[in-house]
Amino acid sequence: MAEPTFDSLNLDDLEASVGHMTGRTHVLTILVENKPGVLSRVAGLFARRGFNIDTLAVGPTDDPSLSRITLTVDGAVHPIDQVTKQLHKLVNVLKIRDLEPGEAVERELALFKINAEGAQRAEVLQIVQIFRGKIVDLGHRTAVVEITGTEDKVTAFEEMIRPFGLVELSRTGSIAISRGRGET
Amino acid sequence: MRAVDALMECLKAEGVEVVFGLPGGASLPTYDAFYDAGIKHVLVRHEAGGGHAAEGYAKATGKVGVCFGTSGPGATNLVTPICDAMMDSVPVVFITGQVRTDLLGTDGFQEADTMGITMPIVKHSFMIQDPQELPTIVHEAFHLARTGRPGPVLVDIPVDLSKADIDYAPTGDIELPGYQPTTEGNQRQIRLAAKALAHAKKPVIYAGGGVVNANAANELVALIQAGNFPTTCTLMALGALPANEPQWLGMLGMHGTRAANYAMDEADLIVAAGARFDDRITGMLSEFAPNAKFVHIDIDPAEISKNVPAHIPIVGDAKNVLSRLLAEYRSLEVDHSRLDEWWETIHGWQEKYPLVYEDSADEEIKPQFMIQALHEATGGSAIVTSDVGQHQMWTAQHYGFDGPRKWINSGGLGTMGFGLPAAIGAAIGCPGEQVVVVSGDGSLQMNSQEFATLVQEGLPVKVFIMNNGFLGMVRQWQELFWDKRYSAVDLQDYSPDWVKLADAYGLAGFQLTNKSTLVDDMKRILELDGPALVDVRVTREENTYPMIPAGEPARNMVG
Repeated sequence: MAEPTFDSLNLDDLEASVGHMTGRTHVLTILVENKPGVLSRVAGLFARRGFNIDTLAVGPTDDPSLSRITLTVDGAVHPIDQVTKQLHKLVNVLKIRDLEPGEAVERELALFKINAEGAQRAEVLQIVQIFRGKIVDLGHRTAVVEITGTEDKVTAFEEMIRPFGLVELSRTGSIAISRGRGET
Repeated sequence: MRAVDALMECLKAEGVEVVFGLPGGASLPTYDAFYDAGIKHVLVRHEAGGGHAAEGYAKATGKVGVCFGTSGPGATNLVTPICDAMMDSVPVVFITGQVRTDLLGTDGFQEADTMGITMPIVKHSFMIQDPQELPTIVHEAFHLARTGRPGPVLVDIPVDLSKADIDYAPTGDIELPGYQPTTEGNQRQIRLAAKALAHAKKPVIYAGGGVVNANAANELVALIQAGNFPTTCTLMALGALPANEPQWLGMLGMHGTRAANYAMDEADLIVAAGARFDDRITGMLSEFAPNAKFVHIDIDPAEISKNVPAHIPIVGDAKNVLSRLLAEYRSLEVDHSRLDEWWETIHGWQEKYPLVYEDSADEEIKPQFMIQALHEATGGSAIVTSDVGQHQMWTAQHYGFDGPRKWINSGGLGTMGFGLPAAIGAAIGCPGEQVVVVSGDGSLQMNSQEFATLVQEGLPVKVFIMNNGFLGMVRQWQELFWDKRYSAVDLQDYSPDWVKLADAYGLAGFQLTNKSTLVDDMKRILELDGPALVDVRVTREENTYPMIPAGEPARNMVG
């Protein structure tokens, strides 16, 4: 928008540009100082401002003094700019990126414990293969399968495998990194 | 040197003149260091009193207040003042003792998870894990408390680490890579705001506590006068524009004036400076200022568009932004006469709806009369602290503050028991100035133990109780909205005899019941050298009006 001149300014034309709901899931990657209580501060902020965290993953970075928190938030329910502005107020938070879906690679790891007895064993193994999963433990009655991919892929696998008897499921929540040379 | 001796050096390096606190087991080393550190320590009688005193000191002086408490109950007693300081953006550093490190997490004697308990209500907090870090952390705590949007910062020190020997060298180092408040407003946005002001036909300036925190009252007044802009202030900013200025519309919000609230309701442009559109201001959010565009100036980006979407957001320090906004506005050389019609409308409201009350026909003292009498007796320029409730609102409405940092009260959290300790802090911070407390017979009982502190410090604070024998504001709501079913609000028969209480604590005590001599009686008491407690008997059932019923739009004001 070009800067209005004195004569061209009309109050009626001014628009508020923030505080809107975006309607999609946002992946926030948050670089924090690796200090005690940081995760509490982030989680506590979400709790007391009434923001729901869909998934949350925390881990070290290449710099031992820093950790990265990746979390997904539903932008249909919360104004994302308010979420990120509140996060920025935490002194231990160094950087927040709201990754655009096209500009980042996003992955989740999930472990499935599946019923793999008798006749259905072959079918289960076939589905695992199609999803490029890995059998990491195989017993007489069950198999533990490792699946990595986008949240959608993990969910799709879950739906496929459920009829065979899903004993347990453990998901990490998404982690993400930006594409290209630039820093996340 | 011991870590606690380094702590004393750091306090001195930060320019700390006074601290408020109460010792305990986990802060014994700290108090040993106080013994010959040469820092004035005010012994309060309850940690909450210490926290509010530090707030009162900070609010009156603009400097960082400091409060010490021990571990466990010492720290939990500080929760209310910490939260109060958070809500009103008051710079206070709270330093708490903690059990020794090998007891942490074992439910040791007087152990509480102070960091965890206070996490949601601090600007930031630290727990000392390596005593060598203590000096840097203390300086970081002061830096965080006083810069950006001010607020409470907590430093928790395990007792064993506080005794540890460290290599101390004076340091000013702070290492806060994640903390870079924006103080300089964006020039383009400021220019746009100036143009918007120049185009507005019905502008209103809405100033909040951030203007006072930024010491920007002069810049605010200059802008208002340059544009002849109608101006209202929140409860936190009263005095930022002196109440005798022609542009003053009165306070806005739930118990604001009709002129201020109607002006907001009809405005085409509202310039909010250091204000946060609290629900006590907006009433029903969807009906708030329906015709207005908003310029929102705030140092905290998260406040902008939090409640009301801003059309021209400006992140920055109010002093910086307002002075540049004035320069930009002046350069446009606009004619004030465009506001004549707007002012005519506003003057119409002011004439039709002045702040009035029905005075008694006899000697009965109406609470509003009491505040006007206090204004007259003090010459209108005292530092006034208050508690929370009807007396607070009447003081806000009727005292007419003539400058910033003279009205010290608990706005955001609404903490009863704030007034007396806050006055102790204000009186210590501003020696030579007249400090009075306006309290209620309910509120004052919440921290009345601090009379001992007041007397010990020999501070000439005068405490005026607006005594109606009720928890008055709750009674008012029960009368208006709950069919007058008065539930647990009557204090009349079981309050202390205040004159005897004053006597017991060793300060002068008075009871005033006559309207005709009230001003003279107050003057006489204000001239006393020492502290005094004055029980002023007022009308029992009087309501604070006007009023926007909670959750309704401003135009539905009653009373």
